[in-house]
Amino acid sequence: MPAGTLYRGREGMWSWVAHRVTGVLIFFFLFVHVLDTALVRVSPEDYDKVVATYKTPIVALLEYGLVAAILFHALNGLRVIAVDFWSKGPRYQKQMLWSVVGIWVVLMFGALYPVLGHAFREVFGS
Amino acid sequence: MSTTDTAASGIGPVEGSGSFSAYGVDNPAPLIEAPRKRTKKTPKSTRGNFEMYGWLFMRLSGIVLVVLVLGHLLIQLVLDGGVSKIGFAFVAGRWASPWWQAWDLAMLWLAMLHGSNGLRTVINDYAERTTTRLWLKGLLYTATVFTILLGTLVIFTFDPNIR
Ligand code: HEM
Ligand code: HEM
Repeated sequence: MPAGTLYRGREGMWSWVAHRVTGVLIFFFLFVHVLDTALVRVSPEDYDKVVATYKTPIVALLEYGLVAAILFHALNGLRVIAVDFWSKGPRYQKQMLWSVVGIWVVLMFGALYPVLGHAFREVFGS
Repeated sequence: MSTTDTAASGIGPVEGSGSFSAYGVDNPAPLIEAPRKRTKKTPKSTRGNFEMYGWLFMRLSGIVLVVLVLGHLLIQLVLDGGVSKIGFAFVAGRWASPWWQAWDLAMLWLAMLHGSNGLRTVINDYAERTTTRLWLKGLLYTATVFTILLGTLVIFTFDPNIR
């Protein structure tokens, strides 16, 4: 890392990279998601067939990843808004980033059972 | 008055100064506009405020999307048995209510416009050749319009008795 830089290689830059990557991922998901939902206009059977793939263990992992991406993008997005509009925002941007990470970890832990529980039961029985 | 007098200091002779003055009470010097001052002759629109409104829209839509999208995820993935309950019958039950129709409609429009505007920024950042940029943005806008129209059509024409 070049010496004396406030931004490059630091928290601010990496949170921006993560915000960008998650935003693009969510957009591509949404595109596919509107297409799969449109199957309700084709037939109930086709819709249910495609939605069945959403319930498989591997796709459950992808859903967990999607939840991770959205939760980070949403929380960090609120942080960006606070940095832009709150007069003390820029001063506390780093503390706010660690709060975002902290809340994200807690919520991701809370999402484990609801999102992955059924996949766990399917793979390991019971 | 010769120019050489002041040339050494790098300042030329001042117009109208010296032994006679061209301007006076009856012949005042013309007023010179301050540089960059907005006058009647300045074009009304320079570049417009499009980027500022885009910036503002990202923030306002973001705040609304927190509620819409996180609420949606909670309903679809957590409450009431998680993904396992989703199927045609479940969607029919939800879209029987205008509240959830409006919710999904707002989420569709806001998320697509927010995501599309975000991707426009990303394309502007990385696609350096003008033609590449134009093609990528054309593709992006086509996909966005298509998705918004399709999603809107699906919400409004949903038929629980399709079969
Ligand atoms: C894996 C997680 C998700 C599941 C299981 C899911 C499930 C569903 C279901 C069952 C519907 C049908 C209508 C309803 O019940 O409200 C729907 C519609 C919709 N969802 Fe999701 N969703 C998920 C994630 C998302 C995300 C992250 C977004 C936004 C970025 C989103 C945006 C939408 C929109 C806009 C519609 C309306 C589609 C249309 O107009 O045709 N969903 N979703
Ligand atoms: C859940 C609530 C959300 C919040 C609070 C939020 C907030 C934000 C904010 C404030 C920005 C501007 C960042 C900047 O100017 O530096 C942004 C950018 C972006 N958002 Fe969101 N957003 C949300 C949901 C979404 C969704 C659902 C999508 C996808 C459909 C999305 C895709 C993007 C993209 C692609 C960018 C551009 C990233 C960049 O330029 O680096 N966001 N978001």
